[in-house]
Amino acid sequence: MESKGDLRAPVSQTPLIVEKPKDTSAIGGMVSIEINEKKVAVPLGTTILEACKMNGISIPTLCHHDDLCVAGVCRICVVEVEGMRTLQASCAYPITNPMKIKTSSPMVRRARRHIIDLLLSEHYGECYSCFRNGKCELQNLAKEYGVDSYTFGHVEKPKYEVDKSSYSVVRDMSKCVLCKRCVRTCIDLQEVGVLEAVDRGDNTHIGTFLEKPLADVICINCGQCINRCPTAALRANDPSDEIWAAIDDPTKHVIIQTAPSPRAAIGEEFGLGAGHSMTRELNTALKRIGFDKVFDTNFTADLTIIEEGTELILRLYKALVKKESVALPQFTSCSPGWVKFLEHYYPEYIDNLSSAKSPQQMFGALIKTFYAQRAGIDPANIVSVALMPCSAKKFECNRPEMHDSGYKDVDYGLTTREMARMIKEAGINLPEMPKSNFDNPFGEASGAGLIFGATGGVMEAAIRSVVEFVLGKKTEDIFEKANIIPLRGFEGIKYMEIPIGDKVGPVPELLKHLVPNWDWLKGAVLKIAVAHGTANAKKIMDDIKAGGKFSECHFIEFMACPGGCLGGGGQPIPTTPEIRKKRAEAIYAEDESLELRKSHDNPHVVQIYQEFLTEGPCGHLSHELLHTHYLKRGRYIA
Amino acid sequence: MLVTEKNAMTEEIEQLVEKYGSKRSSLLSILQDIQRKHKYIPDFAQQEVARLLDIHPVEVFSVISFYAFLNTKPKGKNIIRLCQTISCDMQGKSAVAKSIERELGIKFGETSKDNKFTLEYANCVGMCDQGPAMIINERVYYKLTPEKAIEILNGLK
Amino acid sequence: MEKTKRKGAVIFSKYSRGEGIKRLLSISREEVLFELRDSKLKGRGGAGFPTATKWNIVAAAISSQKYIICNADEGEPGTFKDRVLLLEYPELVFDGMVIAGYTIGAKHGIVYLRGEYEYILQSLEDYLAKMRNDNLLGKNILGKEGFDFDISIRLGSGAYVCGEETALIESLEGNRGEARNRPPYPVNTGYMGKPTVVNNVETLASVPHIIVKGGEWFKKYGTDRSTGSKLFSVSGDCGRPGVYELPWGTKISELLDLVGARNTKAVQVGGASGTCIPKSQFDRTLAYEDAATGGSIMIFNESRNMLHVLKNFMEFFVEESCGQCTPCRIGNTKLLEGVEMIEKGEFTFNYINQLKELGRTMQVASKCGLGQSSPNSFISILENFKEEIFNGNGGAHGK
Repeated sequence: MESKGDLRAPVSQTPLIVEKPKDTSAIGGMVSIEINEKKVAVPLGTTILEACKMNGISIPTLCHHDDLCVAGVCRICVVEVEGMRTLQASCAYPITNPMKIKTSSPMVRRARRHIIDLLLSEHYGECYSCFRNGKCELQNLAKEYGVDSYTFGHVEKPKYEVDKSSYSVVRDMSKCVLCKRCVRTCIDLQEVGVLEAVDRGDNTHIGTFLEKPLADVICINCGQCINRCPTAALRANDPSDEIWAAIDDPTKHVIIQTAPSPRAAIGEEFGLGAGHSMTRELNTALKRIGFDKVFDTNFTADLTIIEEGTELILRLYKALVKKESVALPQFTSCSPGWVKFLEHYYPEYIDNLSSAKSPQQMFGALIKTFYAQRAGIDPANIVSVALMPCSAKKFECNRPEMHDSGYKDVDYGLTTREMARMIKEAGINLPEMPKSNFDNPFGEASGAGLIFGATGGVMEAAIRSVVEFVLGKKTEDIFEKANIIPLRGFEGIKYMEIPIGDKVGPVPELLKHLVPNWDWLKGAVLKIAVAHGTANAKKIMDDIKAGGKFSECHFIEFMACPGGCLGGGGQPIPTTPEIRKKRAEAIYAEDESLELRKSHDNPHVVQIYQEFLTEGPCGHLSHELLHTHYLKRGRYIA
Repeated sequence: MLVTEKNAMTEEIEQLVEKYGSKRSSLLSILQDIQRKHKYIPDFAQQEVARLLDIHPVEVFSVISFYAFLNTKPKGKNIIRLCQTISCDMQGKSAVAKSIERELGIKFGETSKDNKFTLEYANCVGMCDQGPAMIINERVYYKLTPEKAIEILNGLK
Repeated sequence: MEKTKRKGAVIFSKYSRGEGIKRLLSISREEVLFELRDSKLKGRGGAGFPTATKWNIVAAAISSQKYIICNADEGEPGTFKDRVLLLEYPELVFDGMVIAGYTIGAKHGIVYLRGEYEYILQSLEDYLAKMRNDNLLGKNILGKEGFDFDISIRLGSGAYVCGEETALIESLEGNRGEARNRPPYPVNTGYMGKPTVVNNVETLASVPHIIVKGGEWFKKYGTDRSTGSKLFSVSGDCGRPGVYELPWGTKISELLDLVGARNTKAVQVGGASGTCIPKSQFDRTLAYEDAATGGSIMIFNESRNMLHVLKNFMEFFVEESCGQCTPCRIGNTKLLEGVEMIEKGEFTFNYINQLKELGRTMQVASKCGLGQSSPNSFISILENFKEEIFNGNGGAHGK
């Protein structure tokens, strides 16, 4: 595209991909068109697909996705434009001139049927034996267009081997329709760059570098590709059979922890609209399925805030007072996709990652130590499951270093989708479940832990505590209702400065052994940033590398997935910008409804430092159980 | 690959990037030069090209896999590409193909044990008026007969 | 290598190197555009878009950078005229590019030369060096202040689809040769996002003549809607295969006589992506308005098996499809499978008709010209030679 300064040619000669006018009432701002003989006006540059949608005409799509750039490859959305010899892909055609469009002419209908027929002919397997049965976009199209037989035959043998090498993502390219959503997700949206089209002609398929198994390439396991795959070509590595086996085994004590994002989204799998939190209904359902205990991951989210916040304070103290060299800014480490992204692409910055484990892994270590002791259960008989919105959590719990309890800290990571299927398999209709509470000894957690699910949430939770620790004031006195609005919302990168001022409070009991007072922070300005989606993370990292504004930050929250965990790779399909927004609203609404909204106020957290982690945050035992280390993986593949 | 080989490869690619520029649009020219010299583009070279052009290795791999004349697997010193399109086909391609296979003791798609020859088919090479034709490395040979083809191969042995 | 078989009165008329460039010293870009429009020159690659219109759009665009690209990715089966032009008449092609650069305001021209023609590269580079030496390229060409233009040559790497102009641009930008969505067209958003003219080798080679001799002169040849002459690449069953320059409007039968073809059963006009014309239609003329072609003429005599010919074409497309869009990627495979079914005699007429219908969908629903034209042979051969294929000697018998 031309830079704007160049665009002085007559309108007829300007590039046809146009920015939509800000003011459509200006002359030329709207274009009159005819769709199926109905006259309408649309803003200049609207695609035919958008124009049809705006006017209540539905057009089938397959390669199109709201999160992604245009591909125009599946051709299912073709329409007839008067005066043009060929059909046009409506997703890719910007309207700049008056035109007459037909969306359901005989030629269009024939083409759509043919395209579905062709895709089905190469699509291995039968619908009834497919986990996407009933939720497959190709199946839906076939149904919608009355394609009920294999006109052009049907492959009898799979063309490709299923790649099950990854703990997180399973690839079955024999079911792929080559819409390239995964490629655009991996390269454009996430800038990870693992998947691309390989070969050409009828051999074209989606492949990895050198056709290596997914476990051997620089996949960060974010699973965003799964979330956008229209068929069953991509799925998460499902451990539900092993979990059923554990539940059915009377000698096993099966525990599940549930993260906030699955609770805000699982209703979608049961026909509810986006944005219905199912936390307490889920507790009941999980018990009925046969889990022995249901714990709230928010408890360890609260613990993460204490540990990670303390770590930040210590880093700052070392840097500012002791003049030691420490890695700053500190990066959050709760998103395993982000952690692996950093390990591959910016290994020189692994010291900046908080050594605090993610809430999932902290819980894992505590369940097989603290809880096992209290409950008098042999940790060898505990099976620890984590319900997460995330496919990377499956990889995380399988990291070899995650054995600090002496056992595998978390046995299985389960996604929202897989959980929903297990619940259905058990014959339970989740929305009809009575509500029940989480189990003790961890009980209820704070709203701070809850908002971990949304981008900016970890930072907001941390600030709610840090502000009270350092300033000795209530967060509510500074931020209305303790809602830190600048950290919310879906802007790719958020930045905030918090001046400490001249007045500091007393050092709270919990931290007294670490810092004598807060005088050294007087007059300082705390600089923080938040990024979600690894493409945005990359922007910040490149800025830090270049010594830019973000290199002066103290603390940065990174989430691998767009929108944060609520948009995770284990969440219900589809996940769109609209749906992410609703899930976030559900999470923030639940937070605001709670009494307890700050991690350090959580009585169970206070209790665990009194009774178990007696050396306090970042003490010896907490280092052993709640902290970890990272690998410099780099980007080269042998 | 040995460290010294890797270093030499890195140096070679750095020079190519210097020559063509570090923009994505230089990719094909860089790959063609590596292909010409090594007869394929080694794994490590792909990753180095990706690093120096600031793109992902899988993108380099994807581009190589698209073009018939770029390879990711080692090939023989002489890459024989016999045109298989209809005009050459009608002028006796099959007989030429058989005689080459017999002479080299390999089938199409294979490389001889001594790594001297790789035998492949090509689509129309633009010598339809003088077929059958083949391209060996960068040179074109035309009006082939089974005997003439063997003579040419002998000249390369 | 064989030389041109017949030199006609237009492209191969007398021209001394640099003549067209020298002419630019005395005429404005508007005058060039006028002559070009007057000549009614259409793109010689096959699509037949008016060259003047293309140039006009780019000339009128205001941009810091514009490009003229010479499409020398001649890959259509049966086409080799560009090879002859580049080997024997590089002055026409390069002078044409300089004229284009002058007219549209491009400082840079790129020749995208198919990888198969790498053996021509050195002679072209040598010729460009000579042009620079003579100030026919470079800064202030022939002393004209501000007339800067240079040409570089880039190689393809064995992908037929890169002859499609947007796939070619993708390839130049270092990508897989996958056609782009249009609009925007290259004249608006082309190479590196800049306004770009992409012209066939032969189109550019026609330009210097038009500039020197005038549009009026050019129009004297050919038909009203297909002006000038055309280079035909003739191969297959004939006594004298090679490149022939003939005026547009020549009858197929006339051409067959000229090249010494006997017992001809069929002529494939326009290469694998063109149409197969049976004997009964040999009085058709070669012109945009009748049997259009980018130049490929393949002749098949009575001894040839048309199903075998079709199979060869379909194998070509299955391999050469870029693979991005559904109709082309899978459609061509299905058409090839259909041919194989006929070969084995394991087919139903109903299914073959369904495949023809599929071909019609491919013609309108594929993303680029490759998939839009690849079913042409399937449809025309099965239509025009159904007697031979389904009933004749050795023909298949369906169920």
